[in-house]
Formats: sequence, C-alpha cells, structure tokens
Amino acid sequence: MSTGNMNLTLKVWRQKNSQTAGKFVTYKAEGISEDMSFLEMLDVVNESLTKKNDEPIYFDHDCREGICGSCSLYINGHPHGPKKAITTCQLHMRTFSDGETITIEPWRSAAFPVIKDLGTDRSAFDRIQQAGGFISVNTGGAQDANAILIPKVVADEAFNSATCIGCGACVAACKNASAMLFVSAKITQLGLLPQGQPERYSRVQAMVAQMDEEGFGNCTNTGACEAECPKEITLTNIARMNNDFFSAKLFREEHAHDHTGGE
Amino acid sequence: MSEFKQTFNSSLGKKLIMALTGLFLCTFLIVHLGGNLLLFKHDQGFAFNSYANFLTHFPPIEVIAYILYISIIVHAVYALVLTLKNRSARPVGYAVQPKSDASWSSKNMGLLGSILLLFIVIHMSDFWFSYKYDNVLKFKEYRTDLATNVTTVGEYVPQVADFERSISTENNVEIVRVKDIHARVQESFSKLWYVAFYVIAIAAVAFHLLHGFQSAFRTLGWVHRKYQPIVYFFGTWFFGVIIPIGFALMPIYYFYLSLNK
Ligand code: HEM
Ligand code: SF4
Ligand code: FES
Repeated sequence: MSTGNMNLTLKVWRQKNSQTAGKFVTYKAEGISEDMSFLEMLDVVNESLTKKNDEPIYFDHDCREGICGSCSLYINGHPHGPKKAITTCQLHMRTFSDGETITIEPWRSAAFPVIKDLGTDRSAFDRIQQAGGFISVNTGGAQDANAILIPKVVADEAFNSATCIGCGACVAACKNASAMLFVSAKITQLGLLPQGQPERYSRVQAMVAQMDEEGFGNCTNTGACEAECPKEITLTNIARMNNDFFSAKLFREEHAHDHTGGE
Repeated sequence: MSEFKQTFNSSLGKKLIMALTGLFLCTFLIVHLGGNLLLFKHDQGFAFNSYANFLTHFPPIEVIAYILYISIIVHAVYALVLTLKNRSARPVGYAVQPKSDASWSSKNMGLLGSILLLFIVIHMSDFWFSYKYDNVLKFKEYRTDLATNVTTVGEYVPQVADFERSISTENNVEIVRVKDIHARVQESFSKLWYVAFYVIAIAAVAFHLLHGFQSAFRTLGWVHRKYQPIVYFFGTWFFGVIIPIGFALMPIYYFYLSLNK
C-alpha cells in the first residue's frame, strides 16, 4: 500500500457493545494517501491500534465496491460521507483535505441498535424483506424471457429501484429515522413487474406492517433520504408505496397475512 | 382490531389523516381569504358584517365549520403523535447535525405548526369566540335606500337582551342590523404588535404550505411526472405566496388606515 502525506484527526464513536454507553475517541490518521478509500484509511488506523495492543475500530464492510450494502458510517453529517451517489467504500480520501478533523458516527436509529463501535444491527431490514420482499414461483424450467413483454420505461423504473443495496443510509439521513425509501424501493422493484403483480397488494401490507413493528419513524417527505442514497433511489417510490398501500387497505380483498410465500 | 382501525393506526394511515386534514385546511384558506377580501370594501363594514352574519347563521356553513374545528384538532393531535414517534425512532442523536439537502420548511413543520396552533387559538378567541359568545360587540344599523342604493350607517342598541340580527324593509328602505365585527377588526389592527403577530403567523402558514401542500400529495400517493409540476407550482406560488400576501395585506392595510384617522 502506498503511503501518502495526509494527516487527519478522527473523532470516532467507540462503544463496547449494545449494553454499554459509548463515547467519542480521537485518533490521528497519519501518512494517508489521497488514493485510499475511506475504509482503507480506517484499516491503516486499525493496524496501528493493533500494533499498540489496542482494540481496533469495528466497522461493517464486505465487497468494498459499492454493491453489497455492508459499509455504513455517518461521516461529518452525511451517511456514506459528503459525496453524492457513492458508498463509504467508494469514498476516496482526496475528498478531504490535509489536517481536517473527521467525525465518524454509526447510523442512529432505534431500529438499528449499535452492536459495537460503528457497526449496527440492520437485521430489521432483513425481517421486512422476509415479510414480503419476494415473489412466490414454482421452481422448474424457466420461461422464455421474451414471453412476457414489459414496456421499457417500466422495466427501467423497476430496475432502478432494484439497485437498492439495503445499506440503511436513508434511515440514517432521515430526521424521522424512517425506512420508507428502502421499503418503497423493494415494493416498487417487485410491484411494477408482471411476476410481482399477483402478490402486489398483500406484499405492501405485509412489508409496511413489519416496518412499523421495527420502530422506524414516519416519512414527512423532506427528501434527505433521496439526497443521501448511494443508489439514488427516488422519493417517487414512497408515493407509489403509499398509493399501493391505500389501494390495498381501502379497495382490495387481499390481507397482509395472504403473503406467505406459499407456506 | 378491526381492519379500518388497523389501517388508520399504521404509520401510513396516520400520515393519510395528516394529509387529508391538511388539504382540507388548505381549501378552507381559499374560502376564508375570498370572504375576507370584503374587508377592502369602503362601506364601513356593511358587506363584511353581513357576510360574518351569514356565516354564523347559515346551517350548512355551521356544519362545515364544525368539520373544520375537528380537522384542526385532529391535524394537531396527529402531528404531535407522529412527531413523538419520530423522536423515539432516534433515541440517540448525531454529534454532527445532518447536512443532507432538505428544505428548511420540511425540517421545521412541527415548529411552524406550533406557531399556527397558537395563532389559531388567539385568532379564534378574538374574533370567533367574541362574535358568538361574548356580548362585548356592538351593533350597527345599515339603512339602504332601495331607490338610490345609498347606504347610511348608524349605531344600533338592541331592545332585547339576546338580539342577534334583523333585516327588514320599511318605506323602500332596507334596514340591516348586525353585530359589528368590523369594528373589532379596526380596533385589533390598530395595534402594531398585533399586526406584527399576524404577519409572523401568516409567514408561518406560507412556509408550512410551501412544504405541506406538495407533501400531502406525496403522502396520498398522487405523484405523477405530468402533474407533479402543477402541484409544485400551485403549492409554491398560490399557497406559499399569493394567499399569504392576501392575508397579510389585511392587518397591514387596517393599520395604515388607523394611522390616518
Ligand atoms: C394546528 C396547528 C398545526 C400543526 C401543529 C401542524 C403540524 C403539522 C405537522 C407536524 C405536519 C407534518 C409534516 C409533514 O408531514 O410534512 C403537518 C403537515 C401538513 N400541514 Fe399542518 N399543522 C398545523 C396547521 C396546519 C394548517 C392551518 C394547514 C393548512 C392551512 C396545514 C396544512 C398541512 C399540510 C397540507 C400538511 C402536509 C401533510 C402531509 O405531508 O401529508 N397545517 N402539519
Ligand atoms: S434506499 Fe438507498 S439508502 Fe436506503 S437502503 Fe436502499 S440503497 Fe441504501
Ligand atoms: S462494502 Fe459493500 S457496499 Fe461498501
């Protein structure tokens, strides 16, 4: 790894586990190259902490190429840092200037409790997905892809929503800690396509019910989520979810519990 | 729990109630401004007092008025419930305040709404309550000669304790005797602090609706590439600018009149 000449001060949230209170601890990050990603910078800091027999800073990461949704970090007031449309693993240190102080916090939400340091438990998202983020199909030989025609605008819209990586930055950015951007992206991705239609109205009820149960806040359409989402999921999805939900509740026969995935 | 109860207890159901009551209040604003434009007529309050009298004695309007009061209360109660829920969804806050792009109005709906609630309470006790229940307002008598259409105005002292209004015609002269709420408007808006309070409250309406009007459409799920620009335009220029200016001109104009008395 190339060494560089950036020296930074980090204010990092350290918390032993979900039971103990945390606090900010200040670290020096020295000899940082501007070509490093933000996570590589933290690796350098952790290496020196390990050498000193200190506990390294815990943070979530996996793919390090912006596709898995593991990395998080609320950096200087922005989930995934100050640059638009990227994840923290795609954030380069050249975004910052030499001598800068960087404050790093975990996602803050009652539904995402801190596990350790900067890592939070985002299994609430998994439970919402399990409640309805799927389609029920019998396995077997796949149909010919061209047998079902889908208008390109619809396919594009569904695909844009499907790019949501479930990182939770929308919750972190929202003043209400609302998960509606995430949930609406999942609902749109399936609900717009023919394969998702049969369960469209049971799905939206099941997923919204689970979202409420997890203790997320209520959207007030401020648009902070859309601005911070690394995948640029749009606020329009939330309106679409609302529309489907009210249609389901007021005009449709389906119940939330009809959505069982064939069990 | 019944299905309807479940629906309206869900996060989206509560938001639906906020949006519907909010939009109902928006339509009320249009009517309220329209009627109050009569304040700009130079007729010693004849049209305005007659209008106020009509509002308080026409049963369909009275029914709508009660729906309006309920809407205000429900809107405010749900605002409180949702705000508390949103607070508890983030028990530990950030050390660095979020820097995300979001309009100032959208982040301060609770504060703006609280100013509105305070204003509505004061406004209603000064005008609505004193009109309906207090016996402090005097009466005016407007005599219109139906041949020449000239109206003269004078004080009227009721002969009976619970007198409300009367309209009669004698010798081709129409006599209208009504409560003089117009005098209360003149008196209230001759005080600078009172005018300032109104202007601040009206500014709060403007900012509340700058976000609120379009937000309500999103909440209802009525977002479409073709109509969204119209909703934005209407929310910004009509509810955020024209309506507030119309309302603000009333206290300012009456304050100006009071200076030249
Ligand atoms: C009684 C005092 C009031 C309080 C405490 C209050 C508070 C609030 C709050 C906290 C919101 C939620 C923010 C959001 O969803 O974006 C809201 C939304 C709204 N308010 Fe009010 N408000 C009040 C009066 C009014 C009045 C007088 C009007 C109309 C003239 C109004 C119209 C709206 C609209 C249209 C919304 C948007 C609903 C939505 O987003 O779905 N509010 N209000
Ligand atoms: S909507 Fe965007 S911010 Fe929210 S979980 Fe999906 S990718 Fe992350
Ligand atoms: S580590 Fe996978 S998206 Fe950042």
